Amino acid sequence: MIDESVVAGTLSEALRTGGEFAEVFVEDRRSSSALLDDGKVEELTSGRTRGAGIRVVAGETTGFAHTSDLSEAGLAKAARAAAAAARGGGGGHQMVALDRVDAPAPNEVEVLPETVAKATKVELLGRADEAARAAGLAISQVSARYADGRRRILVANSDGLLAGDDQVRTRFAVSCVAVGDTGMQTGFESVGRPIGFELFDEYEVDALARTAANRALTKLAAQPAPSGSMPVVIGPGGGGVLFHEACGHGLEADLVAKQASVFRNRVGEQVAHPEVTLIDDGTMARQWGAYAIDDEGRPAQRNVLIENGVLTDYMWDLLRARKEGRESSGNGRRQSYQHLPMVRMTNTYLANGTEDPADIIAATDRGVYVAHLGGGQVNTATGDFVFGMSEAYLIVNGEIGPPIREGNLIGNGPEVLTGIEALGNDFAMGSPGTCGKDGQGVPVGDGTPTLRVASMTIGGTAA
Amino acid sequence: MNPEELLEIAERIVGWSRDGEQIEAVVGHSQETEVRVYEGEMESLSVAESQGVGIRVIADGRQGFAHAGTLDPEVLEETLAEARDNTVFGSPDEFFGLAEPDGVDPPELDLYNEALLDFSTEAKIDLALELEKMVRGGDPRIVGVESADYGDAVGADAIATTSGIRSTGRDTSCYLTAYSLASEGDETQTGFGFSVGREPSTLDVAEAASDAVERATRMLGATQPPTERVTVVLDPFVTAQFLGIIGGTLSGEAVLKGRSLFADRLGDQVAAATVTLVDDPTNPEAFTASDADGEGLATRRNLLIGGGQLERFLHNSYTGRRSGTASTGSAVRGYASTPGVGCQALSLVPGDRPPGELIAGIDNGVLVQGVSGLHSGVNPVSGDFSTGAEGLRIRNGELAEPVREITIASTLQRMLLDVAAVGSDLTWLPMSSAGVSLVVAEVTMSGA
Repeated sequence: MIDESVVAGTLSEALRTGGEFAEVFVEDRRSSSALLDDGKVEELTSGRTRGAGIRVVAGETTGFAHTSDLSEAGLAKAARAAAAAARGGGGGHQMVALDRVDAPAPNEVEVLPETVAKATKVELLGRADEAARAAGLAISQVSARYADGRRRILVANSDGLLAGDDQVRTRFAVSCVAVGDTGMQTGFESVGRPIGFELFDEYEVDALARTAANRALTKLAAQPAPSGSMPVVIGPGGGGVLFHEACGHGLEADLVAKQASVFRNRVGEQVAHPEVTLIDDGTMARQWGAYAIDDEGRPAQRNVLIENGVLTDYMWDLLRARKEGRESSGNGRRQSYQHLPMVRMTNTYLANGTEDPADIIAATDRGVYVAHLGGGQVNTATGDFVFGMSEAYLIVNGEIGPPIREGNLIGNGPEVLTGIEALGNDFAMGSPGTCGKDGQGVPVGDGTPTLRVASMTIGGTAA
Repeated sequence: MNPEELLEIAERIVGWSRDGEQIEAVVGHSQETEVRVYEGEMESLSVAESQGVGIRVIADGRQGFAHAGTLDPEVLEETLAEARDNTVFGSPDEFFGLAEPDGVDPPELDLYNEALLDFSTEAKIDLALELEKMVRGGDPRIVGVESADYGDAVGADAIATTSGIRSTGRDTSCYLTAYSLASEGDETQTGFGFSVGREPSTLDVAEAASDAVERATRMLGATQPPTERVTVVLDPFVTAQFLGIIGGTLSGEAVLKGRSLFADRLGDQVAAATVTLVDDPTNPEAFTASDADGEGLATRRNLLIGGGQLERFLHNSYTGRRSGTASTGSAVRGYASTPGVGCQALSLVPGDRPPGELIAGIDNGVLVQGVSGLHSGVNPVSGDFSTGAEGLRIRNGELAEPVREITIASTLQRMLLDVAAVGSDLTWLPMSSAGVSLVVAEVTMSGA
């Protein structure tokens, strides 16, 4: 992607003003996407970005600059700009010897999307449109999106690290509108994996489209969501995002260090029901948040965050780990070469339990069954979170009852962890997600078995 | 790079068009600085220069698009070739087409202030340090400042098309923002404050700091109230977030594609008579003011709801043509996407009573000072919404104890009809809608 000697020279340039640590991150990203909406393939889009981000650390200060000019001169200019922030002075000339390390990829990529004809990608959209419309006369609108991306990165730093990764991701999503006497309702379904076009050997786009259509159709008959506190059962794979938001973010070491986490100073404590084990695993084959190396060159790891209810560790990036005299946990990520890395999750999931999911539902007199959660957000300092329920049902006398319209679910992360009363044995991963933090989005995965939380607040309109 | 240099690049690309082919080139360039301080030290300083190009090609009634994050000459040709190739696979649509000059003159707006360019890095760092210090010193219960940032950007762009559009623009902007942590006993609350401007001397450090302090400390001791139906007063910042969502439902694209709950309702009374909603990017007070839209047409003032009556939808040139009308100058986009349709500077026409007076007239209510999960909790197609909220109880016309872990829920349709009053406190925010206090009756507040 770029000559090794140029990278080494750029690092030397970056250290000239006395920085203690310098890093060059080079990225070359190609993407393509196709959108069908309103019965028409609106357009195919191709994108290309390429550039380098350079950071220099001196004491407590980080200088950062990025450039889309990957020539030796362009990189040197960015290196000087980053070094200007590190005003220690008197660094002089330092040689950096690079040692290339290769980390294993989480999985193979069989069919690179760039080798697939555009017509073949577009054909998927038409099939999805047809299948969704055939699911019911009430389906009034369908949009389907195909997207693939290939991101090649190279990271080198003044510790001598040199590492690269070739990350491919493919995704397909369908969104439907259904119209009935009660107005319009929507349904959505998406799949995505860090693989190529073989994604469509695993998933039939027709089936995905029917799932999205049926979600919209089901909601036409939905009644208003209840309001107030009640037991909540979350279906397999449908609620991993809750643990990502409500617990995961609070276990990011940068937020912990700034006192912005309710989990600060709690390592070693019982923070959840003894059956709860929470894991963040960047090595998980074929899962959306997986990679070989993070965006600081560190191989991905499987990190156990909560084991049998006890908080075992936080997640770390390079800078935060250096300060504590420990190793990064492989969680240093960034949206693109234009961003500084920070602590981010990968695939975050609640490990499998032992109960039969049917028993968990049967043991719930009255409550809400959430098959699918939508987006949400958390205040890591207080642990308070909010989520949209995109597919949910009432539980009446131990049985899943009528569907309910969209509403929010609110609660508090630490309270939910201690409020988990039952964990099923039907673990599943959820939909591919994009996690936002400090203005940067990165791909993440999540998962859970069926579980019941003793009490959460449902924000509906029914009394 | 200045706008003229960018226009030259855009014109060069348009000059490569073949017979029967329409081309639009959007070229952008920006320079950004961001300073973050922590505990009296500079934590990071980022300087960045970025540029990019987006090329749309329409041929044989089909559309293709490609973009690149560089302006290297060989990449320009490669990007055009990609966009051209992409047209082959799109569905034909007789309404595809580029914007055409419509004779509307762009407003004279002063969006570029050279004072920003002369402001030294040292002075930027000092501003962020001053902000952090003021937040820390603002109240003994402030135990930390998670981040205090100064940031600025100098941007330029140009659009050229084979249909004769030539548009250039440039602007400067800067901001200060702080996230604070307040603590009492074993409870922690967070708050934020910000200030935005075209150049640093217009930034209000004291206001950003006092907002961050007040937002965090006022929520200490908050409890979860029981579920009930109440009248709510939305804080200007909260109103602005709701307006953004309502604005989205008035896009011609949503209407054409059967995704707007207001389709077929032009001329109907969709809101209380006190509601007049305008999208006006020509208003120089708006932080998001702009003289041209994403297709290079002059921006204009669009009345969307007048006295509660639905007056108009917003259009870009595609949705305008397909609806049998014209663009309202409402194309929104970056260089990496084709033009969508959206609000650019949305605001309610203010009423004549300040927020204190509005509150004095309410026996039982909640002043909603913050919402969370609004985007995940609103379905802009059905209109259902439910959002996490926090704020202060209103009892007998006065502000009372803080409440948290509540949700407020209704539908956008009902909420517009249930607006009881619009405050007089209109304030422009760093987003595409303005804030104003809003009183809404009959909202379900869910708590314990």
